[in-house]
Amino acid sequence: MTRKIALAVAWRSIHNFLTNPAFLAPGILFPLFFFTAFAGGLSAISGAPGFDFPSGYTAFQFVFVLLQSAAFGGVFTGFGIARDFETGFAQRYLLAASNRTGIVAGYVLAALVRALITWAVLTAVALVAGMEVGGSAVDLFGLYGLAVLVNLAATLWATGVAMRVRSIQGGPLMQFPTFLILFLAPVYVPLELLSGWIHAVASVNPVTALLESGRGFIGGEATQVAGAFAIAVVLPVLFALWARGGLKRAEAAG
Amino acid sequence: MSGTLRTQVGQLARRSVLRTMRQPAQIVPALVFPLFLLAVNSGGLKDATSLPGFPTDSYLTFALAVPFMQGALFSVMNAGTDLARDIETGFLNRLALTPLRGAALLSGLLAGAVVLGLVQAATYLIVGLTAGAELAAGVPGALVIVALSISITVAFGSIGLFAALRTGSGEAVQGLFPLFFVILFLSSMALPLDLLQTDWFHAVASANPVSYLLAAFRSLLIEGWDPGALALGFGIAAAVLAIGMFAASAALKTRLVRT
Repeated sequence: MTRKIALAVAWRSIHNFLTNPAFLAPGILFPLFFFTAFAGGLSAISGAPGFDFPSGYTAFQFVFVLLQSAAFGGVFTGFGIARDFETGFAQRYLLAASNRTGIVAGYVLAALVRALITWAVLTAVALVAGMEVGGSAVDLFGLYGLAVLVNLAATLWATGVAMRVRSIQGGPLMQFPTFLILFLAPVYVPLELLSGWIHAVASVNPVTALLESGRGFIGGEATQVAGAFAIAVVLPVLFALWARGGLKRAEAAG
Repeated sequence: MSGTLRTQVGQLARRSVLRTMRQPAQIVPALVFPLFLLAVNSGGLKDATSLPGFPTDSYLTFALAVPFMQGALFSVMNAGTDLARDIETGFLNRLALTPLRGAALLSGLLAGAVVLGLVQAATYLIVGLTAGAELAAGVPGALVIVALSISITVAFGSIGLFAALRTGSGEAVQGLFPLFFVILFLSSMALPLDLLQTDWFHAVASANPVSYLLAAFRSLLIEGWDPGALALGFGIAAAVLAIGMFAASAALKTRLVRT
């Protein structure tokens, strides 16, 4: 029964995403834009002393944009949940579903499908743009596996917020912390080339391990794999509890 | 300016300024977001200063030009959203019943953008200099930076007014933000034009007026006084304002006919 509920919720969200240009375009165009701006506009950074990423700056930035699109795919799904509460559709879900965990599962599934579409376009554009891939198929499986877990974590985070606030006004609350934690990681250069306060913050930022590991995968020199996957598994577990709390609040609110 | 027009502009300007100052949700993001990006970028891109041909050894000084542009982008949203709300709530319809002149309405509405531009410019400059940025042009240069910042904020604000009058929707005005964000990123925002290695990116950034607005700020911060860069910066701001006001005036006429 839970599976049926999840599939029904997911189907509606995916249908909305694919048939409404206002939802589809930002989801796909934003990552492409960031990839273009960072990989194209900052390529000279690869000439900075100490920058020795084997697959070049395009691949270096691709990993960041991939993980960023994974996170923001989850946040945008949270916007959809908030909109469903504003229009009253989510309340109808709550009335109709015998197992309400299925509703959250449906949104999570929709976010994943949405992210997969974005990644397919992003990867195709990156390869056409001449991105060098040094990693093997197994490495790339690891990279996209990390992205899936980041998407899962971000969706559960945004779901928890959306179900507590139950209004699109909660959008900044979903978006800003995600933006903050992503950009306080080594976005433009590797961690060892950062200095000062940003190095100190990036060193303790869990996203740094995800980025460094992802870049290791695409460069063919796997690094921090165990640490990165440990973080990538723990985050969805924590945010699942957060989302569960949100669901209970939404149930209590009626 | 006739006495009547002055009164009309004054009343609307007062309302616009008060409305802007009473909405922390408009002011705070316009101050915090650009400063956050300044902090992140000046930390993360510090190594760019070691590239041959980079104009300064302080990336913070180079990057300090960017918040002024981001602040101007926020003025598009703020000015446009305020006017769109007036349209959505019917306030503009009520104004249309009065002898109010179009020029007074548009000028008055931009008063909020002037105040916000002033607050933004002063904040960015104080925070930047406190954090260690250099200002080669000295105190007079700081005044010119504030003047340029206000000019650009008002110019971009006029585009927000046009968007609001054309669409009548706050949501549509908010939808412009990504577009302006793209225009900002596809410029010499992160590196000087001559260090942009990707050919197509260099071509786009060279044709992007935002690159020259940034160059005007950077001339004062890094080099001192460069009349050519400043003239280009103020000239572009004036051109954007002229185009924005012309388009907004035309859209206002259409909107008032519709109502």
